Formats: sequence, C-alpha cells, structure tokens
Amino acid sequence: MAYKRNIDRLPIIPADAKEHNVTCHYCIVGCGYKAYTWPLKKQGTTDSNWMGQDLSVQQGVDTEAWYAPSMYNVVKQEGQDVHLVIKPDVNCEVNAGLGSVRGARMAENRRSEITGTQQQRLTEPMVWRYGTWQPTSWDDALDLVARVTARVIDKDDEDDLYVSMFDHGGSAGGYENTWGTGKLYFGSMKVRNCRIHNRPAYNSEVHSTRDMGVDELNYAYDDYQNTDTILLVGTNPMECQTNLFLNHMVKGMQNGARVIVVDPRRTVTVDSCEQVAGAENVLHLAIATGSDLALFNTLFTYIADQGWVDADFIANSTFQGDVAVNEDAAHPAALGSFEAARDACKMSLAEGAAVTGLSEAQIVQAAEWIAKPKDDGSRRKCVTGYEKGIIWGNDNYRVIGALVNIGLATGNIGREGGGVCRLGGHQEGYFRPSDAHVGRPAPYIDQLLISGGGKVHHIWANDHYKTTLNAAEFKRVYNRRSNMVKEAMDARAGATREELVDAIVGAINAGGIFSVCVDIIQSQIGQAAHVILPAVESGEMNLTSMNGERRLRLVEKYMDAPGSAQPDCIIAARLANHMERVLREEGRTEYADQFTGYDWETEEDAFMDGYNSAHPEVTYERLRTAGNNGVQEPVTGFENGQLVGTKRLYEDGVFTRHGRDDGKALFCMGSWRGLQAPGKTQQQANHRFLINNGRANLNWQNWFLDQKNDFVMDRFPVPFIQIHPDDMADLGLSAGDMVEVFNDVGATQALVYPEPTARRNETFMIFGAPNGTQGNVINAGTNELMLPNYKQTWANIRKISDATPAAARVSYKSWEVEL
Amino acid sequence: MKCNRLVDVGRRQFLRGGVLGVAGAAAATVMPSGAAQAQSQARAMLDYPSNKLANIADLVVNEPIDIGYPDADSPGILLKLGTSVEGGAGPDGDIVAYSVLCPHKGYAMSYHAADKTLNCPGHFSRFDCEKGGQQIWGHATQNLPQFTLRVDDAGDIYAEGADELIYGRLSNVLEG
Repeated sequence: MAYKRNIDRLPIIPADAKEHNVTCHYCIVGCGYKAYTWPLKKQGTTDSNWMGQDLSVQQGVDTEAWYAPSMYNVVKQEGQDVHLVIKPDVNCEVNAGLGSVRGARMAENRRSEITGTQQQRLTEPMVWRYGTWQPTSWDDALDLVARVTARVIDKDDEDDLYVSMFDHGGSAGGYENTWGTGKLYFGSMKVRNCRIHNRPAYNSEVHSTRDMGVDELNYAYDDYQNTDTILLVGTNPMECQTNLFLNHMVKGMQNGARVIVVDPRRTVTVDSCEQVAGAENVLHLAIATGSDLALFNTLFTYIADQGWVDADFIANSTFQGDVAVNEDAAHPAALGSFEAARDACKMSLAEGAAVTGLSEAQIVQAAEWIAKPKDDGSRRKCVTGYEKGIIWGNDNYRVIGALVNIGLATGNIGREGGGVCRLGGHQEGYFRPSDAHVGRPAPYIDQLLISGGGKVHHIWANDHYKTTLNAAEFKRVYNRRSNMVKEAMDARAGATREELVDAIVGAINAGGIFSVCVDIIQSQIGQAAHVILPAVESGEMNLTSMNGERRLRLVEKYMDAPGSAQPDCIIAARLANHMERVLREEGRTEYADQFTGYDWETEEDAFMDGYNSAHPEVTYERLRTAGNNGVQEPVTGFENGQLVGTKRLYEDGVFTRHGRDDGKALFCMGSWRGLQAPGKTQQQANHRFLINNGRANLNWQNWFLDQKNDFVMDRFPVPFIQIHPDDMADLGLSAGDMVEVFNDVGATQALVYPEPTARRNETFMIFGAPNGTQGNVINAGTNELMLPNYKQTWANIRKISDATPAAARVSYKSWEVEL
Repeated sequence: MKCNRLVDVGRRQFLRGGVLGVAGAAAATVMPSGAAQAQSQARAMLDYPSNKLANIADLVVNEPIDIGYPDADSPGILLKLGTSVEGGAGPDGDIVAYSVLCPHKGYAMSYHAADKTLNCPGHFSRFDCEKGGQQIWGHATQNLPQFTLRVDDAGDIYAEGADELIYGRLSNVLEG
C-alpha cells in the first residue's frame, strides 16, 4: 500500500491569520506562496475564514480555498506554537497558484516539535569530543574553529584553508548569506582554494556565454508565451522547473509555439509537449550523447548558409573583425565575429548527421523551426532554454557558446519571444567581493583534497559525499584524513583547549584535515566533521533571492529557527568576530584588523552591508511592498512607491557581460572535437551502458529534506535507474531489483525501473540520492575550466539483490500520461 | 487531439460520468444509497457514512463504476481489478475505490484500463490503482484518497472511510 497520511481534515485558516510572502525554497523558478500562521488555540470555521467563502461545500478545480496536508504544520513563532499553512499564491505571476510536488511540501518539511517532522534538523553546535559529537555553545564551537584556523593561515598566506561554500539563492542561500561568507573569505581573507556547492571548483558553469557578453539569465518567463519556437536543450523543465513549464511554456504552445527538445532520452517533458501541442508540433532530437556541439555547429552553419540570420543585429550588436579573444588556458575556444565563427564552426549536414545520429532532414527541420523566416517574410522568434544536459556534459565551454551563437545570429537575444538562457537549478542570490584572485582555470579543489591538499576545511552547505564526481575516491581519502584528526582529538580527551589545538595541528601536519560543517542537517560529509554548526533556511530567516528571470523577492520570516540555529550570514559574522579576537590575543594585530566590520545582529544588517551598498534603492521594506511579484533585476530606480526593474536584458542591443567597452557581443569559435574530457572515450569503449543521470520531479536536488519525507521515500526508497526491458531481460532483471552500477572509478546501487522508451544500452539514473551516490561512477575528468562531465558516463550493471521490501511495494508503471 | 486532453472543467465541481464516459471505461453511475448523511461534527477518521456503492454482481473486471463518496459531490470510482492487491476488498481481494479528483488541482481524472491507472488531464499526473493509488508521476503531494470498503454476505459493497484528504474540502465529511 502506498503511503497515506490518514489525515481527513485540517484546521481552517481564520480571517485574521498572519500572511507572509514566501518564494519557494527550491528551484530557480521561485514560485510564489503565502504562509499563514495563527495561534494554536484558534481556528476559522466553514463560514468565517481567510477566504470569506462557504467551506461547508465541495470547492471546484484550481480553488484557492483548499490546501493539502503537506501544506500544513505546527511550528514555533516567537516562542509560541502556531498553525502554519504554506500554499501557492494565485496572484504570483510566476506560478499563478500552481504548486509543485516539491514546493507544496514546504510546510511539511519544516521542523516541528509538535508533529515530529524533520527531526533531522540541526539545533545546536556540536564538537567532536569523547569519540563522538557533543552539543556545545556557539562561543565554544567558534573558538575552536577560529583557533585551529588561525594556526594554518596568516596574512597573505591562506592557501591551507579550503572552503566549500554555496553560491546560490533560495533555500539557505541568498544575498544575505552569500555576502556573509563572501565578505569573510574574499574580503577579510583572499581564499583561493575554494569551491561551490555543486562542483569541484570556484568557477562559472557558463563561462562562454558570459565571455561572449551574454548573461545567462537574459529573458522574462513570458517570452515563452510569445514566441514561435521553444528550443529546449539538455533540460527537462516539466520535472525540474515544473511551473515554468506549466504556467509559461504550456501557454506558449497553446498560443501556437512549436517545440524542439534536444535530449538523448525521451523525457516527461517530451511527452507533455506532445500532449499540449500535438506530436506534429514537437521535434525530439534524440542525439547521440555528448554530440550537442556537432548539432549546434551544423545548425549554425546551415542557418547562416540559408541567410536566415539577422544581418542588422549582427552588424550593430556584435563584434566586427576576426578574433577578439584568443584560445588559451582560460578560454577553451577563441571568440570573435560572426564570419570568424562561421569559418571555425563549419559543419555540413552530412557531418552533423553522422556525429549526432540524426537524419539530415531532422536537422533541416530544426533549422527551419528555429530560423526560417515566415511566409510573409517576418522573422521567426525562438526562445532557448538549456541546463545540465550541456552544462554538465561534453565540452561545456564550446557547447554553450555554440548555442548562444545561434541566438545571436538570429537576433533572438534581447527581444520579446527570444532569449538564450539556462533554466537553472537553485535560485540565484550572489553578492560577494571579487573572486578574481581565485584565477581561471580555478583550482580543482576535490582533486587537491584527494592529493593531500588543505589543512582546515570550512564547508557551508556542501555535501561532496553525495554530490561530487569521483565521489568514491573522495570519500575514501577524506574519511582517512579527517579520522586522523578525530583520533588525535580522542587521544587528548581531557586536555586543555591549547593542548587540544596542538594535537589537532599535529594531526593536520601529518596529513590530516580539520573539517567544519555548517549545514541545516547532518550531511554525509558531516560524518567526517569535527565541528558542526546549525544553520537556517528561508522562512526561518528573512531572505532575498532572484529567480530565472531575475525576479528579486524577499521571503519573510514566518517561524523560529530550530533550536539555536542561525542564518549563515550571522554565523560567518560570529566566526569573523572570533577570528579577530583570537588573532589579537596572539598579537597578530594587522591581520586581526582585516576581520572587523561584522557587527551584524540580523540578516537585514548583512543585506544592508552587502547588497544594499551596491543597490541603495533596494530595501527590505520596499521588497515587502513588492510582494511575491517582486522586481526584475537590475533595479533601475524607485518611482511612485515602487521599485523599477528590467523585464529583459539587452533590449538596447548593447552587450555587457564580458565587460568590453564596445558593448558588442562575441561569437564562439569552437569546433567539434569529440568527447573532450579525459577518460571518457576509454570508459565508453570498455563498458556496455551509458549511465545518463540527472534530477526527477519528486525530490529536490540532493534530497536533503526529502530523505526524511515519508511521501518521497515511499515512492523511491532507493534511487532508480531506468533500463530498457530488453536490457533487463539480458541481465536477468525484474522491476525493483537492486543492481550495482560499476566501472573503472567506482560503484553505486540503484533499483531497476523498466523504461520502454529508453534506447538499448542507455540508462538514466537519478542523481544525488542519499543511498546510492551516482557520483561514485563519474570519473574525475572535467573540461579545461574544471566543469564536471556527469552526463557522459559508462558502466556495467549486475544484479546484487532482489527488490528490497520497500522497493517491492512501489509502482513500476510508465510515467507517461494516458488520456 | 484526443477529446479528453486538457479538459476544461471550468468552475464546475466535477464531471460525473463525463470524463469517464469519453474514456469509454465507465459503466452506470451509482449514486450513494442515501441512507447515511454526514453528521455535522463527525469524529476524525471514524464517523463516515456507510454508503452502499454496488453489489459484487454489478462489477465487471477492469470496468470502473462511477461513485460519489462520502457524498454525491465527491466523485470516485469503484473498480474490480481482476487480481488481488494489498488493501483490496471482496472474496478475490481485488475490489478498490478511489477519489478521482486529482489531489494537485482537483481536475477529474480518467481511467486507463490498459495499465489500470487514473490520469489527470490538467497537468498529467497519474496514479496506480493497483498500488493503493500511489502517484506514479505527478505534482500532487499525496497519494490518491482510497475509500475503505466492506463487502457483506449478500455481496453488497459499502464505502466507510477514506485515508487521505479529498481535494476541495478541508474535511472529508463536510461540516455544515
């Protein structure tokens, strides 16, 4: 039997409940929600309630007057127990009242002492003491972190401090928290050995589009509603940006747009597009994995040869000449003019078809849908969305550059119905001092850690164990190095703080690593930590972020933090305070002076110190007024009581993201060169199955809250791998069987999910699961700028067990709707 | 385009027999027997009407019957699956009943006999009638409400409860 809550009624929101603006914690779409709170001993009634409607009768479809049990909880607010309902906001332009299977569980995924949800949340600082973690005070924990850290760094000598820090918005990220950590590590310090939450270096995932002058988030979501063609590349928005798909792309199709989906597998997105637009208006280009660059260069060549380009746009808004930026260690392809790119990228239909496995006719059809002028001679509008399929795929720099080439050549950037944008993972919310000192290519932190680099490691909401590549080796080495420090600490139980720090430093100098984890839950890498510090998420603090169309909003705090957990920005500030104190004690006055300027008491203080310093017109008060529709960045002013934003970038045809004074966009001159990352070709030759991988609808990213959500874990108790039924028969597999996926770098496990639409020998495994780390079988090969290549992974598969009891109970039917 | 794709159900409560009818899967609509009416303050999970839905003799394998439970404004199906399932009622352990309002946004779902699923025309969620209404894929944050069934010696089938909150009502048994 499927998991059921056995809740058959919910408390009714009273008319005078408090209402708070909430943007969903999770994906980049940032759906608007409203959080309602009211005292525990109070309720609305069927005739007196927040809606002012008669709730004694059945409500209709799409009603605002209903909420699911997953949208309800009991939480603390200013020390009092209150009812909490978080439900989709019908007045938010982003989602128009739609909730996703992720966001509509936000309330249920809050920590509650009353209902028992999310008891995994960290509530107190903990230090490694007497052979395990013991709760302690913030001052005690931070003193230990500061004293050990101060022993391994000095002014202008900070390379032994490694930092893994999120750079995203939403969730526990956002402008306040990226500023807190950014000011500490890039302001007070100049830490070079650092990385971002989902990748092994401190780099952009989209260097090439930025180098070309085109910010990766340049459109408005309603461009999907007012276009002729939607081009989706390596992205699965029905599952991963659900309400962007349902509330904008679907409307675009209903308005007549056709859709091209470039993806080696048939995703739910393809099926949904066919349901909405009709199969005749959907072109699924199931290319050979990793051949995107060949496809785009062929399309670019063909479109240019046909003359289906925007000559005025090219002349006025793009670089005229030959090469503007040479290929070098920081630029995996040269950048230059349209004609220079045509020469460099030239690829015939026959060549493109041979590499991609498509027919020439399919490529021509795609080119026509993208760029062929309409019968009346008017230009065709095309909006392009891309994501991890190419970001974490073969030859990141050149592929994204080649895709942007098509957008530039056809004049589809900075215009209604256009845009070439990543669809994104988290929301954004980045405000930090310059990271220029990190350099480019950035240090490959995870490999440096494996090879013995680093003495102290500060980790801010990263879980390398679940979400890095070459994860099996990383875990082996990191466990060993962190255990050296644990053993040293255990051996000095009962020692003074000074003696303990000496023992830790001794172990560090022998090859160990001192690990500090700041997170909202005990992460898997947190198993290796020596100090664990509890942080909060949005809603437990005020938090600002922007979504995939640069829509900036403030999530209002609606509940107390769990225990003594604090916003990351405040934790960073207190750590800076302790660093300053310890350094002064040690007489290192000049260095100590670098750690001043952290007298923040609230997240709003951090916001004013950071984001507001560059955008003085933006304040919490004004964002509260702007509500769930917020304002699209960049904010250009404040008029008539409202913040003034920017609907889409580059409407003036001036491109700035590369920082060039001439404002001209550059084309990318990246030719096709096969599988670019080290080890991929050999791995393909030696293993049967492609292990394609990515996200799914049900769970958010690395499952950090969902791993304790019964509804989610009931559906997928073990991560799934989708396999063609004939391949299952070859291997003697039944649905639900546990298999081992193994190759030259590691092994992981998954449950078998039959997928008749899969191609033979091509599987898809879900990423980031707590009990089957997909990254174990991803090799260490990256592109020149340290972008991981997850998608091109090959391995063998063997059965290791019948279905687990939990896996035996779930449904293995097709995901494609049957109407 | 298929006729039941993206059905515009507007603000109507539901389409009794409509969506199911066009799917070709519905037999006669059976109204509640009317014997039991909800109390105004029912006890949670306990005080449900006991409504006769049909007799076993009325059921044809894999052909759902439209029902309304706990009252006529809450549409559902009664279904003999043909194979025993966990939670199935009757001598063959294969009789189940579900709400057909999608718990995501309340669209009336249609039954797909070929794989025994309920499918939502609104946003394409789908649920497995052989797995307790588990959401196979979709946007709802709960599995499908399943109605508790009792079969008496005469083969009469009664619904007597539900295990999840039904879309569109904050109490399964409406409270006046």
